[in-house]
Amino acid sequence: MAAQISPMRARLASPVGVTTVTGLGVVLLLAVFGPILWGTQAEATSVADRLLGASWQHPFGTDELGRDVLARVLAGTRTSVLLALGATGIAVALGIVLGLLPTVLPRVLRRMLTGLIDILLAFPWLLLALFFSAIWGASATGAMLAVGFAGIPAFARLNYTLASSIMGRDYVRAARIVGVGPLGVLVRHVLPNAAGPLLVNAAVHASGALLSFAGLSFLGLGVQSPEYDWGRLLREGIARIYVNPMAAIGPGIAIVVTGLLLTLVSDVFATTPRRGALIRNGLRGLRPARRAGSMRAASASPLELADEAAVVSSARELRIAFPGADGGAVERVHGVDLEIAPGEVVGIVGESGSGKSITAMALAGLIEQPGAVTADELRFRGVDLLAPSSPVSKRQLGLELAMVFQDPLTSLNPALTIGRQLTEAVEVHEGVSRAEARERARQALASVGIPDPERRLGQYPHEFSGGMRQRAMIAMGLMGSPRLIVADEPTTALDVTVQRQVLQNLRRAQALTRTAVLFISHDIALVAGFCDRVLVMKDGVVVEQLAADRLLVDAQHPYTKALIACVPDMTSDRTRPLPVIGETGAVRRAS
Amino acid sequence: MAVSLGIVVVATFAIIHLVPGDPVRAVLGPSAPAELVARTRSELGLDQPLLVQFWNYVVALVQGDLGTSLQTHRPVADTLAQRAPATLVLAGVSFVIAAVGALPIGLATAISVRSGRRRWLDLAASALVGLLIVVPNFLLAVGLVWLFAVQWHVLPVAGWGDPAQLVLPVLALAIGPMAYLARIVHVELLAVLDATYMTTARSKRLPSRLIYLRHALPNMLTSALTIGGLMLTGMVAGTVLIETIFAIPGLGTTIVSSITAKDYPMIQGVVLVYAAMVLALNLIVDLVLMSIDPRSSLAEG
Amino acid sequence: MTDFQIENLQVRYGSGSHAHLAVDDVSLRVPEGRTLGLVGESGSGKSSIAAAAVGLVRPSSGAIRLDGVDVSGRGSAARAMRRRIQLVFQDPFSALDPRMPIGASIAEATRATGRRWSRAEKADRVSELLQRVHIDPSRAGELPGAFSGGQRQRITIARALAGEPEVLIADEITSALDVSVQGVILNLLRELQGDLGLTVLFISHNLAVVRYVSHELCVMRHGRVVETGETEAVLASPADPYTAELLRAVPVLGERLDLGATA
Repeated sequence: MAAQISPMRARLASPVGVTTVTGLGVVLLLAVFGPILWGTQAEATSVADRLLGASWQHPFGTDELGRDVLARVLAGTRTSVLLALGATGIAVALGIVLGLLPTVLPRVLRRMLTGLIDILLAFPWLLLALFFSAIWGASATGAMLAVGFAGIPAFARLNYTLASSIMGRDYVRAARIVGVGPLGVLVRHVLPNAAGPLLVNAAVHASGALLSFAGLSFLGLGVQSPEYDWGRLLREGIARIYVNPMAAIGPGIAIVVTGLLLTLVSDVFATTPRRGALIRNGLRGLRPARRAGSMRAASASPLELADEAAVVSSARELRIAFPGADGGAVERVHGVDLEIAPGEVVGIVGESGSGKSITAMALAGLIEQPGAVTADELRFRGVDLLAPSSPVSKRQLGLELAMVFQDPLTSLNPALTIGRQLTEAVEVHEGVSRAEARERARQALASVGIPDPERRLGQYPHEFSGGMRQRAMIAMGLMGSPRLIVADEPTTALDVTVQRQVLQNLRRAQALTRTAVLFISHDIALVAGFCDRVLVMKDGVVVEQLAADRLLVDAQHPYTKALIACVPDMTSDRTRPLPVIGETGAVRRAS
Repeated sequence: MAVSLGIVVVATFAIIHLVPGDPVRAVLGPSAPAELVARTRSELGLDQPLLVQFWNYVVALVQGDLGTSLQTHRPVADTLAQRAPATLVLAGVSFVIAAVGALPIGLATAISVRSGRRRWLDLAASALVGLLIVVPNFLLAVGLVWLFAVQWHVLPVAGWGDPAQLVLPVLALAIGPMAYLARIVHVELLAVLDATYMTTARSKRLPSRLIYLRHALPNMLTSALTIGGLMLTGMVAGTVLIETIFAIPGLGTTIVSSITAKDYPMIQGVVLVYAAMVLALNLIVDLVLMSIDPRSSLAEG
Repeated sequence: MTDFQIENLQVRYGSGSHAHLAVDDVSLRVPEGRTLGLVGESGSGKSSIAAAAVGLVRPSSGAIRLDGVDVSGRGSAARAMRRRIQLVFQDPFSALDPRMPIGASIAEATRATGRRWSRAEKADRVSELLQRVHIDPSRAGELPGAFSGGQRQRITIARALAGEPEVLIADEITSALDVSVQGVILNLLRELQGDLGLTVLFISHNLAVVRYVSHELCVMRHGRVVETGETEAVLASPADPYTAELLRAVPVLGERLDLGATA
């Protein structure tokens, strides 16, 4: 519990949180005490004071019966708030019922109900409200029912979406397996998990109800004279806007401020912090550190170096930091040194959080703000990755550096054809004609074993299987003149037999172009089997570097030994428990 | 679509039958002579069995006959044909302006604040949008009238027919949705920029123009268009208030006056036309979405 | 004799032209107290078998028998018998209700026993089970958010045990975990099986992991069983070419990956 309360407290204590809570408190107090304090004044007519403009005595002026408009706005709070709450109550109550009902109904009825809700959702709230107020007539209750009923579809839909996402969770399945019935699942699991978002949405909904209500009253379809709410006062005020603008602006302010406060509730109470806030918090303290090493490294001309570069990629004292949850910068990679020789296949192995992926991204020059990269040296074939990029360096990186990511579903752009994605880099950087680029792309696809490449070029990624997409990514890297392919868990999302094909293609591409490969994986056997040299990373530090074929013999660091020992392979002794990695990272033989 | 249309027809037909109490009494008042009540009832066809009434309603509908107004005693269809153009022009022009304005604004703000740059601009933009969403269009309209017509005398207060009279209503209707759509474009673009395929695009060191326009834009169009569609139907509804404020002879003023006067045939007619407009707009949005999404079969064929 | 048997099982999703046969005429048998490893790639139908066994999907034909009773039916006898089969899920983050203290989640699962438990009995049982999976019982009141992935997986195992199952189905229970945690879970599973005499159906795509925990092995592909037998025997001389292909694809530490002629 503690973990969830404290960020909530922090949000309540933020300026927005304080404003929202106190503001809503004031509105609530006005709704309770407004009519008692200003009720008499609001209804006291005075012929002498008719239609006065704004003054100290009457800040919003008076109406045609000489009543003080400010007093009417204050006293009208109760009616406005009550009607909005009533309408919200109707929408929320029936919306919850209609939203949860489909989850326990048989399939046919469920489809019909959700279909109906979807159709109703196509109609704007105000039109539905007009439809209902045509039925119930122009009166306060009629309008409340109208606004309430008009809000049902939206709330029902929200509820249904929320409930079905919760119903799809494994913990609900687990409850069903142990024999908790549909109703029990709703009460024990769905409602507690849906309550937070529902409350927040109810507040946003109340804001909408308030505005719609004001709209209906404004049209003369809501509260009728002599009763008054903010919408009614606005309607009366607008008739005299030339004489006394404050009579219209006053109730307008009341409506907008209350509406705004209710909307802010979602900002304060929503359980998922917005990503904007996370990023913002993290930025403090990061800027000074950025690119500290760039001054030292930008001396030699990049092109000169590139031709005779003995290393493809080099990093010295590489440090990478990201914004943390508490606002400060958290360093995730602590001074990594790494060199990759031309044509070398280097592997980095580590568990989640070891920093292996962001190290690879930094070597490719792809860490963006808010991440901060510092190093004594960070180069790709002579190009200083810490210095601002030039057209020349962009061209070189674009043609010589290739990436293969873990998830083949997201690493290709779903809106562009495979052909376009393959050809664009050489079209841009080499000025190759469209036809020639396409011919190269055809050959690249063929070289990674994709059959019928001509037709495949015109297809979109979703028409490719996972393994084929990874091969297309490799083909993309072969379009230019690759010197380094960074492959970050390229086969983790794939089946083992497909993994084998993809690795075959990667190795063939490597043999063909003599490119270097940086291969990242959590699987030490895979890394050792595929690479020439292996780096073992743990908690942002390279703990050991070894030749792949000496891994079993030369491993010194306890963590490396533990990684080797704790993973079952095809020769593990099945009669004994597996060794486990202890707190210190050392192997602990279970007795 | 056919189902929706069916539901709409049933719903409009049902309006008069759902009125609590006797609708005819409600129209004519409690003191009306019994003879008049009976005559009106048979004029409205309310003395026939429900199914027969519905059949007659549907048959008349197919022939374009929406009944006769209780107020003006003119055919409802004629009045609607006369009033609809103003509403369509108002909503259409507002939508075009909102859409054309929102896209560049949303793209520009998203690109300039991406990954936490220029925090103040992000905050200011989201605060402004939050405010514009909460300020209902009728309040905005009032403010605009006060400023441009009352204070500065540069634009007419109300009326219809002169292009100058279109400016304030369109502004009032378009500003809120434009801010909202710009925000959606902004948020969606930021989400797209986080996707792995954008890292792939960046790894090719393409010029920013290509990164944003070729790689990012198509991927956020779907959601922007979906929201745009909702916004457009919302604007159709918004015209009701705007027409009332600017005294525009459209469907909005018609439905408000007929609800007040309990002119049920007219109410049914206006509701039907509104619903048809909403359904047509949804259909158009769906077709556009299908034609731009490579995953739909339409794009392949 | 609590044999767990699946006979000619078919699981079909969708209907008409969109129908997809996920499990196609599968029969297998897990003898009492033994572990059967079910191995196959994505889409092979192995998880559908698990879902059918615990009643999350209804098989279109075939039987799932425990002590000779078909548990796939609708009747109350079938339902009661079905609760003797419990499932541990792949993703420990989705498998625990984030708003429910872990003790309450485990206590809820005692329903599967079909007996009435008093509050005190439940509390005793929860702390006993937590000890069994090496979690400090005094943390029973904490929410899942306070635990690591490996700890959560141990809690879900405790929950499955709360139903006093005779058959435990483990569906990819280590594939969402880091390699260092995987060993802990596998050891726990072996330990529990030894202590409680559980019959285990262990589902995984990882051949090495399946080999380590299973007495017998069953290889699936495209909804069908391609090979089954004693683990060592199957792996030593695979009869089916697909099994051989799977074996070849497993990287072996200390050996260069066999990628055919390309290298």
